[in-house]
Amino acid sequence: MTARQQGLIVRKPGFLSLLQDAGRERVMHLGLATGGAMDRHAWAWGNQLLGNRYGAPALEITFGGSEFTCTLDTQIAVTGAAVTCTVNGETQPLWATISVSRGDEIALSAPKSGLRAYLAVRGGFLVEPGLGGSCATFTREKTGGLHHDGKPLQTDDILPCPETSDYVPNRKVPAQWIPEYTAAATLDVVLGAQVDRFPSRALDDFFSHAYELSAQSDRMGARLNGPALAVKGERLISEGISLGSIQVPADGQPIILLNDRQTIGGYPKLGAVTPRSLDTLAQCVPGSSLQFRPISLHEAQKQERTFLRFFYL
Amino acid sequence: MFWRYEITGVDTITLHFGEQIDVALVDSIHKAAAVLRETLGERLLDAVPSYTTLLLRYDLRQDDLASLVADVRPALDTLSPEGGESEVEPDVVEVPVFYDVRVGPDLERIARRADLSIDDVVKRHTANTYHVFAIGFAPGFAYLGQVVDELATPRLSTPRQKVPVGTLGIADTQTAIYPITSPGGWNLIGRTPLTLFDPERDRPGLLEAGQQVRFRAIDEAEYIELGGRLDDLPWERETTTASTTGERS
Repeated sequence: MTARQQGLIVRKPGFLSLLQDAGRERVMHLGLATGGAMDRHAWAWGNQLLGNRYGAPALEITFGGSEFTCTLDTQIAVTGAAVTCTVNGETQPLWATISVSRGDEIALSAPKSGLRAYLAVRGGFLVEPGLGGSCATFTREKTGGLHHDGKPLQTDDILPCPETSDYVPNRKVPAQWIPEYTAAATLDVVLGAQVDRFPSRALDDFFSHAYELSAQSDRMGARLNGPALAVKGERLISEGISLGSIQVPADGQPIILLNDRQTIGGYPKLGAVTPRSLDTLAQCVPGSSLQFRPISLHEAQKQERTFLRFFYL
Repeated sequence: MFWRYEITGVDTITLHFGEQIDVALVDSIHKAAAVLRETLGERLLDAVPSYTTLLLRYDLRQDDLASLVADVRPALDTLSPEGGESEVEPDVVEVPVFYDVRVGPDLERIARRADLSIDDVVKRHTANTYHVFAIGFAPGFAYLGQVVDELATPRLSTPRQKVPVGTLGIADTQTAIYPITSPGGWNLIGRTPLTLFDPERDRPGLLEAGQQVRFRAIDEAEYIELGGRLDDLPWERETTTASTTGERS
C-alpha cells in the first residue's frame, strides 16, 4: 500500500466496525470459521447499488457511532440499521447511492432500529483477501481484516478505495426491499436429523413460545432465553457445525450458531435457522422477541437460491 | 464403505461413517473427504472431517440435496471396503517438544497420578504415534489420539484463562497443542517451538485430519535454538501475583 493510497480515514471506529465480505470457503477443515457479513441482505444491496461484484468488502458497523474523512471523490451507500448518515452535517438517504468528495466528513449515528449498518464504497474497499479467499475480520482468531490481524477498525486506519472505477447512476433500493427492523421477528427453521434427540414436548415448546435474544449474543452465537428444552441423552461425538445450527446445551437454552462459530462441536442440534432468517436475526437487538416456525428444506433452498441468483446476476 | 447421511442445514449434510470413536475411521473419513473434493470440485464449499463424520457444505446455485447425493454415492462407492489395504504411506509429522515443568505446569500432577516419574511420562507420551482425529475449537487445533491409559487425565475443572501458543496438553485420552494463545482446560505437559498455525503460510495449519504425529523430546538448549520461549508463562505470574488484585483481564 503506498502512502498516496486514497480512501476513508477512520476518525471514530464506533463500538464494533468490521471489514466483511461473503466469508471464507474451503477452510473449515482447518478449524477456521467462515465469517462474512451477518446481514447479507443489507450488505449485498449496498454493493449492488454501487455496481460492485457480489462479495466485495464493505464495513459492518454494529451500534453505529462511526466517523470517517474521505480523501477522494467517490460514491458510497449505507444500508441496514436505521442510522442517521450525514455528510458534512447534512442528512443523506439510506439504501441509496451517496456522492462524496475529497475532504468530506461522513458520520453514522447510533441506530433508531436495527443493529448493523453497512457502508459500501464504489468498487469495494481494496483489501487483499487472505484465508479462504476472504478478508472477513475475526477478532477471536486474530485473522482477516484490514491488517490481517483480526482487529476491528481503529482510529486513523485508512480504508483504501479505488480511484478509477466509473461513477454509477444515482440509485435507490425499491421500498419493498427495505425491511422494517422491529423488536419481534419470526425465523424459519429446517429441522435436522438430530431432532429425534428431543422429546416432542421440546419441539412444542420451541415452536409455540417466544424466546428473548440474550445480551450475551455475538457474531459467534445468538443465545436465547425462554422455556428450557428437554434433551434426551447427553453430548454427541463432536462433528462439523452448520451455519444457523440450533444447539441445545444441558441447561436447555438454545444457541443459534452464527458466522463466527467454532467449526466442530458436540451438543445435540434441533435444526438450523435458514440463511435468509439469519439476515433478519442479524438486525435484532438484544432483548428482541423471537419466534420460530418450521419450513421444508425444499422451500428454504428455494428462498436461498433466489437470493443468491438475484445478487450474483 | 458404510455410510449414511443426515440433513444438518440448508446447504449442508453430514455423512456418518460409524457410531463410535475408532482409529480405523480416521483413514476412511480422510479418503472420503479426498475423493469428494476431487469429484465435486467447485460444487463443494467445505468438507469438515471429525471423529465419525464428514460435514459437506454445497453450493446451492449448482446443487440441491438430490443432485448432490446422486454424485456422493458413486464417489464413495469407489473406495475400498473397510479393512482394505491402504496403499499410501501415512503422513507422519514429527513434532519436537520441550517437556518441562516450567512450560508444562501439570506434568508433575500427571506423573503423581500415574505413579510414574516425569521421565516415564515423557517416554510414554513420545512412544505413541497419534492420529489427527479432527481439527476444530480454534484454527489448526488438532485433536490427537490416543494417549496410553496411564496418561489419560480429565480436563481441569476450571480452565486457565491463558495458555501460551505451542503448549502441549492432555485431556482424557486425547492430546493436543494450542496453535494460538487461548483459554484452555487441558493438562499442560510441554511446549513445541514449531508454529502450528500461520495464516500467511500456503497450508496455514501444520496438521490436518488424516495425518499422524510423533512427538520427540528435546532439551532446553534445542528448544531455545528452535525458537522456543520461556518468557511468556502466565501461570508463573498467576502464582507470584495471586494475592494482588486487578491484574486479571
